[in-house]
Amino acid sequence: MDSFLGISYPALFGQLMIGLINGSFYALLSLGLAVIFGMLHVVNFAHGAQYMLGAFFAWFLLNMLGISYWQALLIAPLAVAIFGVLIEKFLLSRLRGKDPIYGLLLTFGLAMTLEGTFQYFYGSSGRTYAVPEGLTGGLHLGFMYLPIYRAWVIVASLLVCAATWYLIEKTKVGMYLRAATEKSLQTQSFGINVPLLITLTYAVGAGLAAFAGVLAAPIYQVGALMGQNMIIVVFAIVVIGGMGSILGAVATAYLLGLVEAITKIYYPQGSSIAVFVVMAVVLMIRPAGLFGKE
Amino acid sequence: MADSSSIKSQWHMTAALAFVCVATLIAAPFFLYPILLAKLLCFALFACAFNLLIGYVGLLSFGHAAFFGIAAYTTAHALKEWGFAAELGLLIGVFVSAVIGFLIGLLAIRRQGIYFSMITLALAQLVYFFCLQAPFTHGEDGIQNVPRGLWFGLIDLNNLSALYYVVATLCVFGYLVIWRVVNSPFGNILKAIRENEPRAISLGYRVQRYKLAAFVISASLAGLAGGLKALVFQLATLNDVSWSLSGEVVLMTLLGGIGTLFGPVVGASLIISLESMLAGSEFPLQIILGLIFIFCVLSFSRGIVGEATRILSRKNSLPNSLR
Amino acid sequence: MFKKINLVVAACAALVAMQAGAQVTDNVVKIGVLTDMAGVTADITGKGSLVAAQMAVQEFGNTVLGKPIQVISGDHQHKNDLGASIARQWYDTDKVDVIVDVPNSAIALAVQGIAKQAKKLVLYSGAGTTALTNEQCSPYGFHWTYDTYAMAHGTASAVVKAGGKSWFLLASDYAFGAQLAKDTSEVVVAEGGKVLGTVKHPLNLADFSSLLLQAQSSGANVIGVANAGNDTINAIKQAGEFGITQKGQNLAAMILMINDVHSLGLAAAQGTYLTTASYWDMNAKTRAWSKAFMEKTGAMPSMLQAGVYGSVLHYLKAVKAAGTDDADKVAAAMRAMPINDAFTENALIRADGRVLRDMYLAKVKTPATSKYAWDYFEIVRKIPAADSVIPLSASKCPLVAKK
Repeated sequence: MDSFLGISYPALFGQLMIGLINGSFYALLSLGLAVIFGMLHVVNFAHGAQYMLGAFFAWFLLNMLGISYWQALLIAPLAVAIFGVLIEKFLLSRLRGKDPIYGLLLTFGLAMTLEGTFQYFYGSSGRTYAVPEGLTGGLHLGFMYLPIYRAWVIVASLLVCAATWYLIEKTKVGMYLRAATEKSLQTQSFGINVPLLITLTYAVGAGLAAFAGVLAAPIYQVGALMGQNMIIVVFAIVVIGGMGSILGAVATAYLLGLVEAITKIYYPQGSSIAVFVVMAVVLMIRPAGLFGKE
Repeated sequence: MADSSSIKSQWHMTAALAFVCVATLIAAPFFLYPILLAKLLCFALFACAFNLLIGYVGLLSFGHAAFFGIAAYTTAHALKEWGFAAELGLLIGVFVSAVIGFLIGLLAIRRQGIYFSMITLALAQLVYFFCLQAPFTHGEDGIQNVPRGLWFGLIDLNNLSALYYVVATLCVFGYLVIWRVVNSPFGNILKAIRENEPRAISLGYRVQRYKLAAFVISASLAGLAGGLKALVFQLATLNDVSWSLSGEVVLMTLLGGIGTLFGPVVGASLIISLESMLAGSEFPLQIILGLIFIFCVLSFSRGIVGEATRILSRKNSLPNSLR
Repeated sequence: MFKKINLVVAACAALVAMQAGAQVTDNVVKIGVLTDMAGVTADITGKGSLVAAQMAVQEFGNTVLGKPIQVISGDHQHKNDLGASIARQWYDTDKVDVIVDVPNSAIALAVQGIAKQAKKLVLYSGAGTTALTNEQCSPYGFHWTYDTYAMAHGTASAVVKAGGKSWFLLASDYAFGAQLAKDTSEVVVAEGGKVLGTVKHPLNLADFSSLLLQAQSSGANVIGVANAGNDTINAIKQAGEFGITQKGQNLAAMILMINDVHSLGLAAAQGTYLTTASYWDMNAKTRAWSKAFMEKTGAMPSMLQAGVYGSVLHYLKAVKAAGTDDADKVAAAMRAMPINDAFTENALIRADGRVLRDMYLAKVKTPATSKYAWDYFEIVRKIPAADSVIPLSASKCPLVAKK
């Protein structure tokens, strides 16, 4: 039997590989979102816009300043993280005591403003960003032709996710972060600068989104609306994974990449709502999400 | 003594206000384009229906356009393909949105906070997908050229003024329904649930049922707004069930004042007028709306009506109890 | 006190709403450009359409029959009720005589009905649905530039004739995409080719890799991309990434505008076949007009923007010939005169409102053969008008007399 449900094994593996690649993007984005929500209880609707900012920054660096992709991978997230610091310090911090709805609405408005601005200046067709030199071409894997750049995306995403998880769960800084967000008053009484840590956490989340944006630039058109379609899916992923759990978000992201890949084989029109069907089902069976703790 | 006379004066104020509102509504089509007015009223009703959930039950629904749009499609289809009279078409639209509201509510009400919002979003996206795929909606072309027909067999709705008055009457009716729901024992229980749900449960109230009832009422009124819109514009399209419309209604309510009765009307009017005014210019509407959003959340978190109330009640040092 | 505020606020709300209903007098010929200024079609229509209309007015001489000509614009933001209400307001209260452009087929269909009721003209350049001259045809609506049939037939028939016998189609899951795919399949089969498979994707899909993989494994000679805008751009870009064209499969885009190629870059788009109603670099007249256009907008005109220019110019000529701006008389004059402008030569309006114009099959140049900025297309051949429109015998338009 050399086919499975109407599709040959080689083709199936090819599709699943692509699912993993897409899952990598979702994982990076969900990671940032889960960090911000898990630790700050802020629903960062501006995450998609920060992803877009990262991509545009990389494009800007390359086309205006001649700075290459590799450097952009570091500079763009840093720049967006600084922007995140400003957002947190001047906008979000004012909402800290209030109902979380306000944080959500503020970031929603922020996303609208950012996307509208870029759309105004750069139009809607967006800009092209070339695949960097060392990563062009592809590998003939037998069951598919895998562009090297896409393989790099999987590697980069796994590395960054692992590094972030390690930072938060295993290091001292991460411990301070967790303490600051779980028990802020006590932590502050220990002399630790809690507001600073909170600002940094938001910045890290934004930086992660921007990193995903730089990774995305050579593959998807760099356009003002590139984050808009991503953000709802990523939110759904984080909700499915359980909003407190970082590992849960990452695992769910890869899972969803695979689910979408299978949907694209048998019912491609439905691939954009696959995540919502999964979410509705999961939340009915396990209200706290797959890995959530409540 | 002071109490009864202040209550009396409040009643006088209410009557005066109601009179002014009704007079404005009656006179408006002589000054402004009736279709635009009808549009304002439809969206005002939609925003009020949304506000019922967020302002009085504390539930932020991210998929309210699903009810608006499904009713628009149903009414449009009933009027065009089945040849129903306008009032029957609207009734069917409201019924369908109530049913969908019941189903979505049943699933969503179990959860709270952001989870509730995400479920409403997910289910609304499924409704959107259904509307995209279903042949009767004609995909993105939408249902076009919906006939308006006669209202109760008497009033020709192709006369724009007549259409406006019918729409106005129904929107006022919808507004009064909300007013009645809020100012009633049922409304008080909802408030109690919003403020302290465990306590309401301990008092013996079937909290889920109350929330579900409020959800269905909100969905039905949103459906009424949607059906009316289909009647006014003679079309129903995918925009009406889209996630961006759900976002717009959040903005309208936020701007006007979450939890105030009249706030959403103001918010909707302002946003629609802004859209209309800027349509002829090159001004980036999206950026302006986004900035308004941010500004509202940061400083005006009570919305225009709420903020104005607060200022004036402070000036007159009266308790701000009219919510 | 709370109530008093409501009063004030209510009055304010009414005042603000009042701004939206401005009134204008009628000693003027008013042209309304209903378009998308900031959304997904803003680059191929939008401000460029407005400029194109203004250039037409300027070329005509700024006045007609002694009356001034005014051009206004409206941004429908792809929101159907906004588009419909702008159109209604323009016709009913703002005394607009003709509406042009209207990208977005749903809004175009709505405006068709509104224009019929108002008995005023509408000239579509941006919209592509064949329904405008088929089931929903109207004596007041003229379909100026292109429709899905023309695009599919132009590209598909030429490519099949050139040897691309087996096809795999990627279509957007929208009525528009479905129509494109259907028209393309029909042509391929009629010319003796085969459609090996069709896959539908949701609109605004960012990642086409799995669909391209399916296309690749089907072994088809040609991968037909039946979508538009960003979807087309993403599909072509990723096709290049997966080495599809290097391996011998050709790409045929059903709808590809010069602005899309500009943002894709020649390296990614090279070799793609497409059909266009006009191209800026075809002859001296088109070059002169387009250079003037580029000075005002920073980009070369898309065929849609060129169509807006042509429709406005022809309308003004017809107003002059008819001696009035009454819609019925002007429509008759428009049908009677051949259409001639910088991009069009002797085109005609058919009974169903469709403009019969020659189309052009083009191929995107390779980076090596492109000599100067915006030198993107190589015009392969002309597609005569008769081959790019639905034959009248197959038309469902009630205006077409049946024999």
